[in-house]
Amino acid sequence: MAAIKGSRRRGIALHLPLIIGTLLSAFPFYWAVIMSTHSSSEIFAYPPKLLPGTHFLENVRNLFDAIDFFGSMWNSLLVAVSVTFLVLLFDSLAAFVFAKFEFPGKNLLFGLLMVIFMVPAQLSVIPQFVIMAKIGWIGSMTALIVPAAANAFGIFWMRQYMRSAIHDELLDASKLDGANFLRQYWHVALPVVRPGLAFLGIFTFMGQWNDFAWPLISLTNPDNVTLQVALSQLNGTHGTTDYGIVMTGALLALVPLLIVFAIGAKQIIGDLAKGAVRG
Amino acid sequence: MAVLEQTPPAVVQPSPTRPKKGLRKYWHLYAAISPFYLIFLGFGLFPVGFSLYLSFHRWDGLGSMEWAGLSQYQYLLSDSDFWNSIGNTIIIWALATFPMIFLAMVTAVMLNSAVRFKGLYRVAYFLPNVTSVVAIAIVFGSIFSTNSGVVNAVLHSVGIDQVAWLNTPWGIKVTIAALMTWQWTGYNAIIFLAGLQTVPGELYEAARMDGAGPIQTFFRITLPLLRPTLLFVLVVSTVTGLQSFSEPQVLLQTSSNDSTFAGGPGHSGQTMVLYFFQQTFDNNDFGYGAAVAWGIFLVVVLFSIINWRLVQRRGD
Repeated sequence: MAAIKGSRRRGIALHLPLIIGTLLSAFPFYWAVIMSTHSSSEIFAYPPKLLPGTHFLENVRNLFDAIDFFGSMWNSLLVAVSVTFLVLLFDSLAAFVFAKFEFPGKNLLFGLLMVIFMVPAQLSVIPQFVIMAKIGWIGSMTALIVPAAANAFGIFWMRQYMRSAIHDELLDASKLDGANFLRQYWHVALPVVRPGLAFLGIFTFMGQWNDFAWPLISLTNPDNVTLQVALSQLNGTHGTTDYGIVMTGALLALVPLLIVFAIGAKQIIGDLAKGAVRG
Repeated sequence: MAVLEQTPPAVVQPSPTRPKKGLRKYWHLYAAISPFYLIFLGFGLFPVGFSLYLSFHRWDGLGSMEWAGLSQYQYLLSDSDFWNSIGNTIIIWALATFPMIFLAMVTAVMLNSAVRFKGLYRVAYFLPNVTSVVAIAIVFGSIFSTNSGVVNAVLHSVGIDQVAWLNTPWGIKVTIAALMTWQWTGYNAIIFLAGLQTVPGELYEAARMDGAGPIQTFFRITLPLLRPTLLFVLVVSTVTGLQSFSEPQVLLQTSSNDSTFAGGPGHSGQTMVLYFFQQTFDNNDFGYGAAVAWGIFLVVVLFSIINWRLVQRRGD
């Protein structure tokens, strides 16, 4: 009896802080929902309102009047989907080669890749901008897609995954059956590493969806921007910010992300934990 | 003799064809890795070299470049705005990182022992990390608003006066740090949790047999075994924290009237990377911007090494 009581008390002592932590994690999301349902005069009232209001649809209408919401969302989707597709293709191809084949210069090329991994982003911002301006990509989505189409992190990640997941016997057997390199890649390697690809894909999509600094600089035409840039403009250009509209925008911009997260949550957190132990 | 004369050609003959054969044998492997290296050449290696070249020149991005030698680096060393941005960045980093690591560790230890709902907690704690910084900075701007923010309302209810969070030097730094802490605590808690799960349970059993309390167990067993994970977390948060840009940019772009990269009143929220953007794209000073970028790189490397050393030495 005493033991049960003790373990229950221990359970409460553990769960109470964890629940408070959960509430703190969730509060900004809740706050965005609350704000998006109030008019700006209600928002500036004191004390702040903690329960939902009735102005959500009005805020949505005002938001769509203020910015081209679906246009910029389309731009974000276009960039995020293209980059994700290209990263998965290019990174898994390169990773397959580095994980399972021997060829002259392999160690040198892989060492170079690890060095690239560590070069910070802002060092290449100015030259990238100049290059994009010279080849006429400034202002277009190409400027966002091409530089991000393959990355060192993804190759490193997939190589680690493939080394343990793809057994040499499987490759040898397929070779005896007359499979060439592309068939081995497509029919033997890819099906085995699907969980690794899912992690890389979801992570890439989220990174692209949330990217801000480079789109802010390279998308010079304010009518043709990604969602994050449009949102920040909405936050900045309204003299006294209309939080109702801005918050509605922030909230709606999170929806696709939360859907992707919901689909891949298990994959992300599981693989992240595994990767951290290894790294 | 005849034999000797005949042997060399027999050995030499295959060698001219061997590289060709090698290339023919391996071409598909090179082709498979080439997209990455082509992109890297065009948008990675060349830009880094070019930015080094640029940092020795004066250039507004349009006219001709003018050789400047080391003068921009000399100016950088005496540039009080740059030093101010370094100070801001390090203060914000410290305000965010130490609470974050402490909270993450406590959370991880609790999650490691609480068996029920572990998956649910992990998802809830990880959620802040995947949301867009822009959207969240907007939300935090509202939460920390002086007149209508919920933080001031809470403070008011316990009898503390309003704080002008986004208008005072320390208020700005605390707000940015709060945002970063909120975004990264759960992520790091999950990393710590992964590290904790590699600690063998027998160690805890043995400690309990020897009569060690939970606090003693934490400092004698958990913390030493977590050191590699701590190192990882510290290095990652140093590299990302010292390069913060979106948080201050979105939070403070409305409260500064001279530039969207100014970092609020008195530049008190201007981080190093914000300063880099201001010099480059507001002042069109591409050459000096490049020098600033290399300065930031140096600060980040130095700071990472210092952190690494501190954590490694402790307790050894």
